[in-house]
Formats: sequence, structure tokens, C-alpha cells
Amino acid sequence: MSFFQIQPPRQAAKEQVVDHALQPWVEKYRPQTIEDVSSQEHTVAVLRRTLTSTNLPHMLFYGPPGTGKTSTILALSRQLFGPDNFRSRVLELNASDERGISIVREKIKDFARQTPRAQSGVSSDGKTYPCPPYKIIILDEADSMTQDAQAALRRIMENYARITRFCLVCNYVTRIIEPLASRCSKFRFKPLDNISTSQRLTHIACAENISLDPSVVNALITTSQGDLRRSITYLQSASRLANSTSPPTVITPEDIQEIAGVVPDTVVNEFAATLGIDIGGKDKTKAKSFDEVRREVKQIVREGYSASQLLSQLHDLIVEHPTLPALHKAKSALAIAEADKALCDGADEELWILEVALQIHKAVS
Amino acid sequence: MSLWVDHYRPKTLDDLHYHPALSARIKSLAKAGDFPHMLFYGPSGAGKKTRIACTLKELYGKGVEKLKIDQRVFMTPSRRKLDVNIVQSNFHIEITPSEVGNYDRVVIQELLKEIAQTQQVDITARHKFKVVVINEADSLTRDAQAALRRTMEKYMSNMRIILCANSTSKLIAPIKSRCLLVRVAAPTEDEMIKVLKYVASRERLQTDDAALTEIAQDANGNMRKALLVFEALKMQKGILSGPVAIAKPDWETYCCKVGDMIIQDQSPSRVLEVRSKLYELLSHCIPPTVILKTIADRVVELVDESLKADIMHWAAIYETRMRVGNKKIFHLEAWVVKVMSLYKHFFYDIDMSGFD
Repeated sequence: MSFFQIQPPRQAAKEQVVDHALQPWVEKYRPQTIEDVSSQEHTVAVLRRTLTSTNLPHMLFYGPPGTGKTSTILALSRQLFGPDNFRSRVLELNASDERGISIVREKIKDFARQTPRAQSGVSSDGKTYPCPPYKIIILDEADSMTQDAQAALRRIMENYARITRFCLVCNYVTRIIEPLASRCSKFRFKPLDNISTSQRLTHIACAENISLDPSVVNALITTSQGDLRRSITYLQSASRLANSTSPPTVITPEDIQEIAGVVPDTVVNEFAATLGIDIGGKDKTKAKSFDEVRREVKQIVREGYSASQLLSQLHDLIVEHPTLPALHKAKSALAIAEADKALCDGADEELWILEVALQIHKAVS
Repeated sequence: MSLWVDHYRPKTLDDLHYHPALSARIKSLAKAGDFPHMLFYGPSGAGKKTRIACTLKELYGKGVEKLKIDQRVFMTPSRRKLDVNIVQSNFHIEITPSEVGNYDRVVIQELLKEIAQTQQVDITARHKFKVVVINEADSLTRDAQAALRRTMEKYMSNMRIILCANSTSKLIAPIKSRCLLVRVAAPTEDEMIKVLKYVASRERLQTDDAALTEIAQDANGNMRKALLVFEALKMQKGILSGPVAIAKPDWETYCCKVGDMIIQDQSPSRVLEVRSKLYELLSHCIPPTVILKTIADRVVELVDESLKADIMHWAAIYETRMRVGNKKIFHLEAWVVKVMSLYKHFFYDIDMSGFD
């Protein structure tokens, strides 16, 4: 066998390819075209027109997590450039990359000023891509960029507008400085409605061959609150757990709640009852003494439930309570709001759960 | 000769004494190919780290026990050097990024990228991915957490992250939604007694239930504390039976003394005395939150039912201010003075509602 003969590709090279079964479903079922993006009709309609006219403005995508911002721009650039040119035409930077002012000055500027080469229409996979004569720079999680770095972008965006388009993706549009925001056309991504979430989930469940009970879908929707990525991750974790036992069990709503870190209803109800809130079913509960409230709080802390989760569930319970007077509800909500702020500042959880408990206890009795 | 806590620390998932359902779950997850990112949370002493170590052993076998400690130097964008201690084996790497304070983002970015971009070299390894264990994840800054977000998705093929935290409140939602949450609750008293009994039988030690129950109650769900107390008592007495006197730590009795002082007398001179005691506690590196909570617990035991709620209310308020503020002693003192004034006014029956 001659040394000069073409060697068969080595085994190692094959293993580089990511195994599909091991991929997180979030990546596996990321929409490949903008038509696949769920429930953002307005944005998709606007972007579809840019596909045919191949003229793209600078864009600013904002909205809560898990609504498809990153997926949309990735799908759009893939449709514009195709797999061959994707690497040379798209620069994706996110919060895991260093994005100080020096990177903006060097890396982004260097990429922005390159003039793209003209491309033939037909790509290696046989399809035709528009491949318009500009590049796209995606700044993911742009709200974590510093003010200075954002300011440095201003002129770059204008100078190279002929050959480069920017797409900023962020959760909070208010953290983007005004001059940047005014250079972009803004697209708001709204939280997914329940119908599209459940459609998407059932689609994935079909593709993965898992049986999905409607109650599980409901549990997923309520725990994820319009965040599709979260519900898909929960679904994947739940199906892993269900498949790993032998024989495989069916996914139950309780599994989802445990994975999502939701405090079980019985615990919340018992806590509320200790505070003197009337929980239906039992006889009229009496408000308990300080020591009993404290013991209950200690118990909850020992169980390791997260304080913010507990408070938000307690809040739901109180606000939707059928018989509690409005004044009591308002006072309780006030106490919970205080506690939430304190927890954000990093205060001690046990003290603040106790504080909320005592305030509500006082308000109700 | 190591401490009992370390000597009897369970090495595999099967050895764990409590939460059998949890162990079974982790075990089955480790067997399947697609191991997720994980987030272990729960109170301290509940066994989070032990479970993480067991999980790693289940994933890779004996190899993870060969540890080496490295010191790495990272460079911040402003050319400052950071020294970080890293514990690693061939299959995993363990870091505590919060030890570099505000610069934890740099460590996360550089280290994770480096690991993510290298493949597993050992062909005999059971899994292709490496595991990164991040301790004290709840004290990561927002920036560092944001840096984790995309990395966790992008490099899923050759890296898994295990986070270890006391509470999930301080973690941003995107991180939580990318991990499988594993709650490790503190063991119940019965479970703790079971563990203590196991240790006693291995040490051929005579014990009776009363003593063990007392130790378990004192530890308040902290397994580590229970075992340490257990060993200390054994050293002192030799035989454990009947009522045992568990010596409280010095600082705790000291805090109780401060609590008593607050209730005995409320005057400016007493405030000064309390202040010097607080300074002493702080200079012995007792965390201010712990000081505040211990004194508050003591004070609450001594006062009238109607005052208890108010005292805890102000304790919570001043604790928060302590976190936000800079100088801890101000807020501790302010709380002491507040408690004194509440107590005095309660005694002379003056309505304080206008002063809040």
C-alpha cells in the first residue's frame, strides 16, 4: 500500500461528530428555519420579507428567556447564508466571551470591516441560498455588556452598515443604551401562549417516542410560565428519570414539580395553616403562637426548599384565596414584596421566611 | 488517623444512609449515556458534597479518587493576577470561584472554555465528557452566572457541570432552567441516629439511645456537626450513655451572654459593653449574620410573646442592611439599641407605633 494513496478517514475524526442522542433537546429541536419558530407571528412575518428582499436592518430582539430570540436569529442567518458560508459570515458573541471595550475595538471591528466575498448561489447541499452581500454579528445577552462597550459600538455600527448588520439579543431592553437602541429596529418576543407550548411539547414527545399525559403538559406549562426552553429541559429530565428505572415508568406531574424545584402543595398549605390562613377542607384553623410559627419555619429551612420559590407560591395561595379580606391580602403581599427585595440583596433566608410568616400572621389574626 | 466525619464518609451511592430514592435516581442517571447538568442544593451538613463525590465515583469508577491539587494563575483584562486552587482528577475538576470575589467571571470563562475545548484523552474512560464541580454556586456573581449560560449549552458534548449551592434563590433563572435540580434535605433525627449507630458499631462503642437522640437534636439537621460532636464526646468520656452534656461552642455561650445583658439593663453604658463584646466576636471571625441570629434567638426566649415578632422583624431588617452595607458593627449595634428601646417602651407601656 502506497504512502501516497488517499488514506481512509481515521476513526477519531468520526467521533468528533456530536452524538445526537446525547444532545440536549433544546439544541436538538432548535428551529431550523424561521417558519418553525413558535408563536412569534409578527416577527416571523417581518423577517420572512427580508429573506426575499435580502435587505436587513440592524435588529434588537428583546423579551423574557426561552421565547426564541437566539433561535430566530440563528435560523435566519442559516437560511440567508447556508451551511457553507455560515462560519465566515456570522460572528456570534455571548456573555461567555470576553466582551469588554477592547474586544469591541479589536475583534468586532476587525470582523465588521472585512468585505465579504461574493458567493455563487448554489451551496454544497444542493440548495440555493440568497447569500446577501453583508455579514451578521450576533451579540447575544447584550444586556450584560458594559455601558462603555455599548458606546464603542455606536460608530462601528454606522461606519460599516454597508457590509455588516448587527443583531442585539437581550432580556431587558432598558439596559441597552438609547443610541444603540435607536439604530435598531426592535422586535419584542412575547412569552409563549399555552397552545403553542403544548403543541411544541407534544411534537417533541412524538419524535422522542414518549407518551405524554395532558396533565403532564399542563404541569410543564404552569411551572415554566411561557419559557419554552425551561419546559423542554424539564421534559427531558423527567423522561430521563422515567426511562432510567426498570421497567420504565410513566412521567407524572409530580415528577415535573420535583424537577422544577416547586415546593409541594401540602407543605405550602401546612405552612399557610400555621400562619392562620384558612385552608379549605379542614376545620377552622386557629392562629398559632410565635414558637409554633418558628418551628414550622425551621422545618422548612431544614428541608432545603428555596425561599424565593416558597414565597412566590405562598403569594399565589394568598392572592387567590377565596375568603381572605382584601386588606389582609394587601398586607401579606407587602410583606412578601419586602422579603423578595431582601433576598435579592442576599439576606439570610431563614430570617426572612420567619419575618414574612410573622407579618402575615399579624395581618391575618 | 482521620476524623470520623471523613473516615466514615460514604464512598459510593450504595453506602449512603438516607434519601434512598434520590440515590437510586442518580444511579440510574449515571448509567444512562446522557447525564444532565446538575444542581445540588440544600442546607449545610445535609450531604451535598458527599453525594456529588459518590455520583462522580458512579460515573467514572475508582479513578476519580486520585486527586491532585493545582494552583492556576488567571489574568484579568486589567492585567491583575488571580491565584485559584483547583482540585482535579483525570475525569473531573473542582473549583470554588467565589474565592476570587468579583473576578469569578474570568475564572469561569477561561477555565470552562479550556476544559470544554479539550477532549477526553483517556480512551478507557467510561464517559466522553469531563465534569466540572462548582462549589458555593450561590455566591457566584451575576456576570459569572451569565457567562455560564451559553457555555452550558454549547459545550454539552464534552463537559457537564455540577453546581453545589445552599439555596437556589441567588441563582439566575436561565441557570436553573438548564440544570436538573436535586434537593438534598437535611436528615431527620431518626436518620441521624441511624448513622450515629452505624459509626458506633464500627468503632465498637457502647452507646444508648438517649445520648444519641440528644446529639441528633443538638445538631439540628447538620450531619457533619453531629459526627464531630459525637467524636468529641467520645474523646472526653470514653463511654456514651445516659444524659450527655454537649458543650456548646464558646461563641454561642458568649452570644447568649450578650442576649442576657440586653435584657438585664437598657442604658447607654450597657450599649457600650455590648459593643465591646460584639467587637470581640467579630474579631474572632464569627460571621455577623450568625451573631445576630444567635443573639436574637436568645433574646426572643426571654421576652414577652407580643415583643417576639417585632424583635425578629428588626433582626431581619438589620441583617439585610448589613449585607448591603459595608461596616457590620453599625447594623449590629443599631439592632441592639432598637431591641433595648422596644423592650423599655414595652415595660413602661408607651405606644411606639409612631416611631417605626
